[in-house]
Amino acid sequence: MSTTAASVHDPKYQKATYVFEAPVRIWHWLHALSIGVLCVTGYFIANPLPSLGGEASSHFLMGYLRMIHFIAGYVFAIAFLVRIYWAFVGNKYSRELFVLPFWKGGWWKDLFHEIKYYAFLTRKSHKIMGHNPLAQTAMWLFNVLLTLFLIFTGFALYAEGLGEGSWADTWFGWVIPALDGSQNTKMLHLLSMWVMLVFVVIHIYMAIRADIMDRESSVSTIMGGWRTFKDDQP
Amino acid sequence: MAVQETFYEVMRKHGITRRSFLKFCSLTAAGLGLGPGYSGKIAHALETKPRTPVIWLHGLECTCCTESFIRSGHPLASDAILSMISLDYDDTIMAAAGHQAEEILEQTIEKYDGQYILACEGNPPLNEDGMYCIQGGKPYVEKLKHMADHCKAIIAWGSCASWGCVQAARPNPTRATPIHKVILDKPVIKVPGCPPIAEVMTGVITYMVAFDRLPPLDRQGRPKMFYSQRLHDKCYRRPHFDAGQFVERFDDEGARKGYCLYKVGCKGPTTYNACSTIEWNDGLSWPVKSGHGCLGCAEDDFWDKGSFYSAVTNLKVPGGAESTADEIGVVLAGAAAIGVAAHAAASVVSHMTNKDRKEMNNG
Repeated sequence: MSTTAASVHDPKYQKATYVFEAPVRIWHWLHALSIGVLCVTGYFIANPLPSLGGEASSHFLMGYLRMIHFIAGYVFAIAFLVRIYWAFVGNKYSRELFVLPFWKGGWWKDLFHEIKYYAFLTRKSHKIMGHNPLAQTAMWLFNVLLTLFLIFTGFALYAEGLGEGSWADTWFGWVIPALDGSQNTKMLHLLSMWVMLVFVVIHIYMAIRADIMDRESSVSTIMGGWRTFKDDQP
Repeated sequence: MAVQETFYEVMRKHGITRRSFLKFCSLTAAGLGLGPGYSGKIAHALETKPRTPVIWLHGLECTCCTESFIRSGHPLASDAILSMISLDYDDTIMAAAGHQAEEILEQTIEKYDGQYILACEGNPPLNEDGMYCIQGGKPYVEKLKHMADHCKAIIAWGSCASWGCVQAARPNPTRATPIHKVILDKPVIKVPGCPPIAEVMTGVITYMVAFDRLPPLDRQGRPKMFYSQRLHDKCYRRPHFDAGQFVERFDDEGARKGYCLYKVGCKGPTTYNACSTIEWNDGLSWPVKSGHGCLGCAEDDFWDKGSFYSAVTNLKVPGGAESTADEIGVVLAGAAAIGVAAHAAASVVSHMTNKDRKEMNNG
């Protein structure tokens, strides 16, 4: 990588930038880990494994699966709460997840540029410090809206076990009649898991692809927090 | 029809002993989840309060609620409650018929305006101005609205009156509509089930007359004492669920051993009712005890939620077919994986044909 004289004095094209602060990175990995655990346990709660023989008193398979699912659900929800808090006190990149600047004309222009870039209609990729508008929109849809939907339906179903008048029932019990009953809520919760898995597949692909093909660092950024660029063009 | 007659007097007139009466009071107190002291309070209320008239109307329904009600676990006492009701109006079991019977409705409005309980079995169809259910030459919906105008509160018996049930299942040609969507200005107590459990029905009526108020209701308008838990939460087969022991087919070893019926479609985990505690026919049995999964008959739209032998809901997908969440999910995730692979391949091609980059790398 060669460095031209002009860019030496322009930090934007030169230095690494600290984009993802530690709480954001920790949230990302807790979020990823809890999604993994929730998907596996959730799938087997909906579609139980083949029956175990012997006495009921010698097994607690579904009980443990549900317990792990509930613990991972708490991690998922509390980590997200802390993440929301960090959007208020963190750097400007920490707010990108929650606020789409749709009122800015440039944001829309960049969004269409990204769509063209991924559709191979242009080869010119922009340098972006945080998330590009397309990635930001996907993050908002899946990691804010879908995450909230999973948390609300999840705790509403959890409240069914805790019972009438429990804290979870007080806060989330209204979700079940709003979604047309317990069975529908369960079905939508399960369907949301699959939608989240679709996001996971695309997200991992995009992150690795960006690391290989795009001009900025990607995988190492969510590990260490620093964004670096491979070239010094604007 | 004496105006100031108490429940107790009516019961004694029907040949019920004081001993049976007190047994009914303690059974009902226990059924309502009240402490031991309450059986005395219920007895006192029934002895001193003038009985509340009950008008029992029938819309589009199958009369299974009435059939269930007359098979209450405590026949003598519930017979008394039944007698008290039939004194007023219940077109299935009262003696009067025709104009004579219809007159009773007007008499009740005259005498007990704003005091009687309106018990509705079945629901009114609203299409074609309600012509799909005609009673006494008039659409049922008119009779329902007329009687509701003068009542104190409404009990919606069964899934028909509470949710719509089979006649409201897709595509609902007669537009059968549950009571709470037709009568908007009176409290409606939903007692769903197809039919509801007899002890639940007598319990709700007894609570209302003994304490002179509506039973505490949950978010969806059902009495909390009977509908606040899922069947699954009190199911005697729950230990097999927690252990991971399931009936896979109805003729397998698990079925003989009484394992959990979740995998063969039991709706217990999503159904709110008291079947697993009160049971049916004087505590003789209930669906799961007889080896078959719960159909979820006390839940809204249970006819439209897919197979009775699958615990998951079927979703309508474009094209008219039905799929489960998992089937849709596998297709979505598979499409994403194929899309990603195709995009990756296209990216490699794009990268190799990118002259700028080649030049850049060479330079």
